[in-house]
Amino acid sequence: MKHVTTVKKASLKQSAKTGGCGECQASCQSACKTSCTVANQKCEKH
Amino acid sequence: MVHTYQLNGYFIAVDTGSGAVHKLDECSFELLNLFKDGLPRRLPPVLPSNLTEKFERELLEEAFGELGSLSENGSLFAADDHSAFACSLKLSPVKSMCLNVAHACNLRCDYCFASQGDFGGGIKLMTAETASRAIDFMVKESGERHNLEVDFFGGEPLMNFDVVKNTVLYARSIEKTKQKNFRFTITTNGMLLDDEKISFINKEMSNVVLSIDGRKEVHDRFRTCADGSGSYERIMPLFQKLVRERGGKDYYVRGTFTRKNLDFSADVLHLYEAGFEQISIEPAVSAQVTDYSIDESCLPRIFDEYEILAREIIQIRRGGGHINYFHFMIEPDSEPCLLKRLRGCSCGNEYVAVTPEGDIYPCHQFVGIDSFVIGNISKDELNTALREKFATANVFSKERCSSCWAKYYCSGGCNANNYAFCGSITQPHPISCEMEKKRLECAFMIQAALMPADIQDG
Repeated sequence: MKHVTTVKKASLKQSAKTGGCGECQASCQSACKTSCTVANQKCEKH
Repeated sequence: MVHTYQLNGYFIAVDTGSGAVHKLDECSFELLNLFKDGLPRRLPPVLPSNLTEKFERELLEEAFGELGSLSENGSLFAADDHSAFACSLKLSPVKSMCLNVAHACNLRCDYCFASQGDFGGGIKLMTAETASRAIDFMVKESGERHNLEVDFFGGEPLMNFDVVKNTVLYARSIEKTKQKNFRFTITTNGMLLDDEKISFINKEMSNVVLSIDGRKEVHDRFRTCADGSGSYERIMPLFQKLVRERGGKDYYVRGTFTRKNLDFSADVLHLYEAGFEQISIEPAVSAQVTDYSIDESCLPRIFDEYEILAREIIQIRRGGGHINYFHFMIEPDSEPCLLKRLRGCSCGNEYVAVTPEGDIYPCHQFVGIDSFVIGNISKDELNTALREKFATANVFSKERCSSCWAKYYCSGGCNANNYAFCGSITQPHPISCEMEKKRLECAFMIQAALMPADIQDG
């Protein structure tokens, strides 16, 4: 494509099918202890 | 839902329903802004003059075609139809615990949400027996979850280091037979670190959160000892030693910014120059109004500061340096799944905090609020109704979140924050929302700026 470059692929729908194992880290435990960013948490399956 | 914005010379589109993020050129950006509610089947013959004066018709047709392809392949204007998953959310096993081993602290930080460490309930240290029981409780409540995480927290957990050690040894002694994998972390102010503790922490803790605010004058303004002196000179070399000897394992230097240092990008860079690469500097959280509170009037300055920081990070990374700022972190290839994004930290459900007395709260920030006691580790009964309230708090049950483009990135905000500022776990705190949205915009922009040139030209 000339006009558009995808930085991050569409993944939400697919992740709903394969995710939900609950083995990943609780987001609050990683660094913040106060805050809200969740999208920076790694999936345990990758 | 599509969110578009321009930042640092980049034109970005975030597609909420699919999770895709695109870097656009100006022509496609303007066109997308014209059709924010969805693309027509064909490019209309008559377009607004601001577009036709800037771009040739042929170019507009081409850009329109590309937007159409993205829409067809589900990465633009994707339906945000994930509420059915939200409705299916229910109580989950407990897999994560904040173990408050010391309701006591050797610092007197004014901004401390824990009332200088004792959570307003007096100085208390957890006994080894209570800590072991907390581990047993977690094993019992964890169902089929294999990975269990325990964060040693306080107050200052190193004031009760023997209990930290005993708890780790106890958990390690049972994890094989119980078929669990314990991951320990610790959050410390560093005052009591010595060679023995550094060595133990680096061996046993999968992540360490080291509290330091940045520049000496910023750090020492709040993070003072009982005699009023600053703690920077003592902890900085200890943190540097700990990280040097950590052998690549995870850590964060984690600081707080207040109204007194809205130029906090200088603190992030100070920490980077001091040898730290994993950095998190966050806004002070307190519903109490003080002369250092962050309020709405601070937002324009904070937004500017996030932009300054984002540009600095791009420059460092382009120069071959490595710096990771927690809130600008996106993992494009290993993102969390939709189900995790619906309710975030899952406090009160998968995640709980335990006090020195064994009382169980939804998280460390609810400690001391009687109406949020879930139970006690020595009793069998848990307040299931309260746990369910947390289990079902998600981006669709939070009214303001359901129509927000950023909901799958912040997951409805911090429930404790929501309660402290707005009186309900399902009412997001607007100032936190605005800061989070700005951080996300910066994070995507950094990703766009750091894409390899061949892909960018692609």
